[in-house]
Amino acid sequence: MSIDRRKFITSSAALGAAMSLPLPAWARGESLTHAKQGFGEVSGEKIALSVGDHHFGVGGRKGHAIAVNGSVPGPLVRLREGQNVRIDVTNNLDEDTSIHWHGLLLPFQFDGVPGVSFPGIKPGETFTYEFPIRQNGTYWWHSHSGLQEQVGHYGPLIIESAEPDPRYDRDYVVLLSEFTPVHPHEIARKLKVGEHYYNRQMQTATEGDMPLKERLMWGGMRMNPRDISDVTGSTYTFLINGHGPMDGLEYLFAPGEKVRLRVINGSAMTFFNIRIPGVPMTVIAADGMDVAPVEVDEFQIGTAETYDVIVAPPAGSHALVAEAMDRSGMGVASLTSHKGHRATPPPLREPVTLTMADMGMGSMDGAHGGAMDQDAHAGHGSMAGMDHGGMDHGAMGHGDMDHSMRDTSKLPPDAQVGPGLDMVSPMPMDRMDYPGLGLDNVGHRVLRYTDLKAKRMNPHRMPTRQLEIHLTGNMERYMWSFDGRKFSAVTDDPIRFSYDERVRVKLVNDTMMAHPIHLHGHFFELVNGSGMMNQPLKHTVIVQPGSTATFDVTANEPGDWAFHCHLLYHMHAGMMQTVTVRPFPAAGEGA
Amino acid sequence: MLRLCLASTLALAAAPLSAQDMSGHEGHGAQAEEPAAEQPPKDDHSGHGNMKKPPAPFKLPDMTGAPQMDHSAHTMGDIPSGPPPAEAFEGPQHAADEIFGAEAMAEARKTNHATHGDMLTGTIMAERLEVRISDGHEAFLWDVQGWYGGDIDKFVIKSEGEGEFGESVEDTEIQALWGHAIGPFFDLQAGARIDLEPETRSHFVLGVQGLAPYMWHVDGALFLSDRGDLTARLEGEYDQKITQRLILQPRVELELSAQDIPEREIGAGLTKIETGLRLRYEIAREFAPYVGIGYEAKLGETADIARLAGEDTDGVAAVFGIRAWF
Repeated sequence: MSIDRRKFITSSAALGAAMSLPLPAWARGESLTHAKQGFGEVSGEKIALSVGDHHFGVGGRKGHAIAVNGSVPGPLVRLREGQNVRIDVTNNLDEDTSIHWHGLLLPFQFDGVPGVSFPGIKPGETFTYEFPIRQNGTYWWHSHSGLQEQVGHYGPLIIESAEPDPRYDRDYVVLLSEFTPVHPHEIARKLKVGEHYYNRQMQTATEGDMPLKERLMWGGMRMNPRDISDVTGSTYTFLINGHGPMDGLEYLFAPGEKVRLRVINGSAMTFFNIRIPGVPMTVIAADGMDVAPVEVDEFQIGTAETYDVIVAPPAGSHALVAEAMDRSGMGVASLTSHKGHRATPPPLREPVTLTMADMGMGSMDGAHGGAMDQDAHAGHGSMAGMDHGGMDHGAMGHGDMDHSMRDTSKLPPDAQVGPGLDMVSPMPMDRMDYPGLGLDNVGHRVLRYTDLKAKRMNPHRMPTRQLEIHLTGNMERYMWSFDGRKFSAVTDDPIRFSYDERVRVKLVNDTMMAHPIHLHGHFFELVNGSGMMNQPLKHTVIVQPGSTATFDVTANEPGDWAFHCHLLYHMHAGMMQTVTVRPFPAAGEGA
Repeated sequence: MLRLCLASTLALAAAPLSAQDMSGHEGHGAQAEEPAAEQPPKDDHSGHGNMKKPPAPFKLPDMTGAPQMDHSAHTMGDIPSGPPPAEAFEGPQHAADEIFGAEAMAEARKTNHATHGDMLTGTIMAERLEVRISDGHEAFLWDVQGWYGGDIDKFVIKSEGEGEFGESVEDTEIQALWGHAIGPFFDLQAGARIDLEPETRSHFVLGVQGLAPYMWHVDGALFLSDRGDLTARLEGEYDQKITQRLILQPRVELELSAQDIPEREIGAGLTKIETGLRLRYEIAREFAPYVGIGYEAKLGETADIARLAGEDTDGVAAVFGIRAWF
């Protein structure tokens, strides 16, 4: 049951001039073309991309979109390791735009972040990006202006290896995203106004099997144990390569072939659980960088991460499922050896409920994710022995210790304590071995960060400095920040690395949401127990709720780089910083 | 539960800042003792089917500098923390200024403020728009709030009023307030209240509004009138979801006065209590019709005044209305 939301949107636009933006051309009734679903390909030394307003429709939901070269997603940019590329980006919108090449190593002025690496691309302007290609693998590109990424301004980016790659017979892109007919500024407003607007899986008197005592404890903390995703399938249609679950997207193969699937999470706000029931997947790369092969049955992919997997499916039709982490919907395609045969996707699994580990209460009895109750459904740890308010850990093997859920003495000295910080994790643990919310009890092999080992040895270098950065937020006010300070407050106070300095960075998540944290212009190494030489390289790391994640980074890319949570509305709320690497090496020196 | 809520509301009104600490006892900074870090778990992806036992947790060494025993192969010993080396401060404040010009970059940074943290927005919420039916009387009531602003500072407007159909409006008030976040869950509000009915009167308002433990939305305010009368009002409501769309909302409102106010038939002390139970169905989040029951009672000296005048001191009403916002 739904009612016409347009009247709410128009009336909210009338709330005040300051609240409504000047109407763009598409809203003034000027004719727009329909964006194509799915994408073509561009390659070579010279590439032209143009950004424009279009209509887009999928699965009965229709609305405005920003498309690049007329399609959503935009074209696949296919490059080759070792080439130089020149990309002209023309802005046909009524507002500034930009393109960020997510995961690419390049001079900072071509990184495409307005206000950090360049001024942005004004309406009617063409900006030329020009850089050498120093790597290979699976990446993506997207707008870094406003909330454009939500409305279609993104696409895949593949860099062929300089060496031939015999590991597979077919090569497919699996680009995950969402489409919503609602204007992204309206989504941002609804998140600020609150009421968990998009969450239709809250615990109620008739739903959820959490005992009353635990419900009271969560209520006492003013926290919602079903707060898995801020924006959900209640407004999103989940897309694979621009196609909704009912569109019947097919990936063809011949029995006996090895198929490489390049899975890219190009969504604004959604973590996906990827599986092909009955078909194991061998992970060969994470975030574009090769890892030692590891076979799994499922993996969770955070926003902006990429994973390459090889599958060798038996003859038939297999469902390729991208289930939203909160189980509010899924993207579906068929991996099939019979053209036109659609696979039947499995049903959505039970909604996910947070546990004590997600509150930053450490682990219980040596098990992570709360006391593993094998009978409980996904991710529901038992919290017996906890007293709300007083947090009595008698049952947790820590003696009689009481924990404040907002002990600000645990924050770094320069962090700002204020209304934007509703909790501080009392005992945050490293959870690199955690498969992701809702996947700790699924009964098959799920990828964990501890499974990832770099395929090629890294140089062995000890970090000379360590840095702790806290991820902070307030769900009720929808405020998000690093160390309690929004990006708007730290424009002139960046995180500083000296050129070629090696730093160990510990991210401490003082919130109950998982955040995918992305550092531009660099690859960092996850400190995941693989040993200094084999730590996997990544550009984006998920920090689990109430937990820590640590990486080592060698700051060998001089310039100013964005560093932010890749959940779009978290970044929009302020969860971003600048990382500056200085000085610039003299000509002929360094990388 | 109700009493608890009221008590905490009173405490909040009295000491909004101290009430922010949920734990109620001093937090301590002591870290749990980290056992010596273990080796990372081996791949135990051998078998399909149910995992017998979750793998032992992978632990990193505590790197806070606390002394510890640590024999694992992948740890680092102590890495100093501290400020970055001096050369990290070299060059211009913003690297891109040198390439694209300081002016263009300054403008882009200004735009970034609005799109990375300084969003201004707002809402208007009619919590209660209702008809109240009690032994032959048909009354109407509105209770509307709106705000516009940023995360910390907001302009807040509130209006409440009621009357009987076919008669003049009995009570109308409008408040214009500045709201300022004083903690994670509470705003301090200060400003003016104008009563248009029963007679024009203005007040200075000082209050707190926010989310109390156990998810009670509370609003407490002190009013100092232009005649020097001090009154107070406390409200609390709680949304109990029956299903995702069906919500039961208990609500309580208490009014107090520091002195007699004869022209408003108010005696000093507790003057009035209003309780209600409303069951709403959210057709959309922003639009929910409801039915419910309301009980109102004059209290203390105010009730005595009413009894002397031969008026009812309390009454029950059936309520029908709409909760809507945009």
